[in-house]
Amino acid sequence: MIDGATFVNALTFNAGYNTAIVATGAVLLGWAGGTVGTFLLLRRRSLVSDALSHATLPGIGIAFLVMAWMGGSGRFLPGLLLGAAISAMIGLASVEWLTRRTRLNADAAIGAVLSAFFGFGVVLLTVIQSLGIGRQAGIGSFLLGSTSGMLRNEAITLAGLAFGIALLVFLFRRQLTLICFDETFARTSGIDIRRTDLLLMLLVMAVTVTGLRIVGLILVVALLIIPPVAARFWTDQTNTMALVGGLIGGLSGFVGTALSASVPNFPAGPVIVLVAACLFVVSLLFAPARGVFYGLYRSRAFSRKVHRRQGLLAILRGEAIYDRDTIRVLRSERLIHADGTPTEAGLDAAENAAREEALWTIYLRDNPDAAYRAARMRLDPIAQRLTGSEIAELERQLNAPAGSLPAG
Amino acid sequence: MDGLYIGLVLVPTLIGVLAAVSCALLGNFLVLRKQSLMGDAVSHVVLPGIVVAFILTGSVSVGPMLLGAAAAALISALLIELVRNLGKVESGAAMGVVFTALFALGILLLEQSDTRNVHFDVEHALYGNLESLVWLAGIDADSIFDRAALAGLPPQLGRLFVTLVVVIVFLFVFWRQLVVSTFDPVFAHSAGVPVRFIGAALISLVAIVAVMAFEAVGAIITIAMLICPAAAARLMTNRFIPQVVWSVVFAVVSAVVGFWAAGSGMELIGSGFSVSAAGMIATVSGLILAICAVAAPQRKGALDH
Repeated sequence: MIDGATFVNALTFNAGYNTAIVATGAVLLGWAGGTVGTFLLLRRRSLVSDALSHATLPGIGIAFLVMAWMGGSGRFLPGLLLGAAISAMIGLASVEWLTRRTRLNADAAIGAVLSAFFGFGVVLLTVIQSLGIGRQAGIGSFLLGSTSGMLRNEAITLAGLAFGIALLVFLFRRQLTLICFDETFARTSGIDIRRTDLLLMLLVMAVTVTGLRIVGLILVVALLIIPPVAARFWTDQTNTMALVGGLIGGLSGFVGTALSASVPNFPAGPVIVLVAACLFVVSLLFAPARGVFYGLYRSRAFSRKVHRRQGLLAILRGEAIYDRDTIRVLRSERLIHADGTPTEAGLDAAENAAREEALWTIYLRDNPDAAYRAARMRLDPIAQRLTGSEIAELERQLNAPAGSLPAG
Repeated sequence: MDGLYIGLVLVPTLIGVLAAVSCALLGNFLVLRKQSLMGDAVSHVVLPGIVVAFILTGSVSVGPMLLGAAAAALISALLIELVRNLGKVESGAAMGVVFTALFALGILLLEQSDTRNVHFDVEHALYGNLESLVWLAGIDADSIFDRAALAGLPPQLGRLFVTLVVVIVFLFVFWRQLVVSTFDPVFAHSAGVPVRFIGAALISLVAIVAVMAFEAVGAIITIAMLICPAAAARLMTNRFIPQVVWSVVFAVVSAVVGFWAAGSGMELIGSGFSVSAAGMIATVSGLILAICAVAAPQRKGALDH
């Protein structure tokens, strides 16, 4: 089914000049969507982009009609994109107005604008069809995108737009980060919240408009939502997250266009989105920061440490161990014999554990603020967690007679 | 009254009204529960469900399509919860991930499978073909009593009628539980109302209505009617039962005026256009909401007076 040679050619930009330009455009678009979407996600407004993208349709229709009426071809891409941008802004303003000035919640406002604007757009599409001037390929392709009939200068326009977006995000990354996390702090550091929000929305609109031709207006939101949510699993840092989001988006655009070029009946838009979805699933399962498997591994490792420590303390107190998991952990490290009596190494480890517990108790008494962190730290060997001088000080206190004052 | 009026105008209008009212009734709860976009998401994921059902059975019969769509809606609801909990992201973003991915899968399957010989494509799925659901045997008022002529009614009419009845019965049976779990889920839970079950039942019913309306009139009407009439009604009144009544009124007005504007209205202004009735109905519902947002008595809610 898949044409291997074409796929490799497409991946290495050897499948013809136009495919290469389209792939470049898709990579830049994915990158732009992933980075802009990161801030949109952190600002908790991901689905506003859904209203925005659906609201482009009436603008495309009107732009087409106006250009056809003025004697043009009606298919002039920059004109159509301008129309799309204007009606998307009107849609966005409607969402904002409905949520600010009426009692409706954001979700209802988004849904209402999305469906009403899209419905009106469909009315205009059918007008164009019945006029007989809008050949299906020209206008219908904005619904689900299409890279097959793309002209060279169209692809260059889109690549330029995507590059501009990526540049703007880079320049304004500090302001964008601040409004996502701490509005008050952002305001006191002289950032105009409304203007930065507007910038974010303009960037979202630019991604949407750029994506119309390649991915289509129904699915373009996927490029703003899926890569950032996937990136969320890899890191807790905003800048890294924007970077990872951009990489996932770009990779989706790259692999998606290559697949679409080499498999018959593989439309680029849905394929790019599905590649992004696959990368999302991979992130969800395997990402080290918050992925499912790593989370399971960490919780198992933690519970193992707890069993080891509690088992060793029980050995020192001379108590019998009944918990099966504890026995299993201690046996696997050869700290107890099969009959439950401690080995030589087990006795050493038990004494060591007791000493560390005592040191940690003193540490916590002196540093009550660290209690939360210490709850996990105290199960690790103390030498890995504290500096030599800290440990020496703790030992001094441990060995000092009761009632003596700490040094300093 | 023109002889063809019943068959060419009344029957499709009635189909539109039935779909609109079914959606609007449920929409009242979605709007109040801040789940409006669930309707949007469900309408999108219905597509892969239907396509998979089509690929498995090779036919466009209603039973498998309904099953496939219901399964897809259920799977998507589970996936949304999973992504929301594992990813610790807001539900909107989780929804966005799931419904765009599933919709893309649906489109891809549609392109890969050979559906060209049956009338089933993406545009049909989006804006249906309300204008084609005509009753050619309905030549005059007498044919309403003519068994042979009645057999020629579009089957969607009967299906949507049954759907509306199911919605109304559901609302009657679970009215108290629905209302209390919508307005005060904590109290409802402590009073022994199965809040989660009621929520799941509501979403399942939205999915069923979405499939039925989807097949007859396309996804646009479904999404618009799940949200716009209920949102507009919410701006009219502070009380729930009047809100439900208003939403039904708005749904009926949208369907009737929208269908009229798409056909006869266009002739009236002397243009030969035939425009999408589904799109026009959604547009009218949006206009009604716009008017309510500017002028309705309770547009700012009770607290701001």
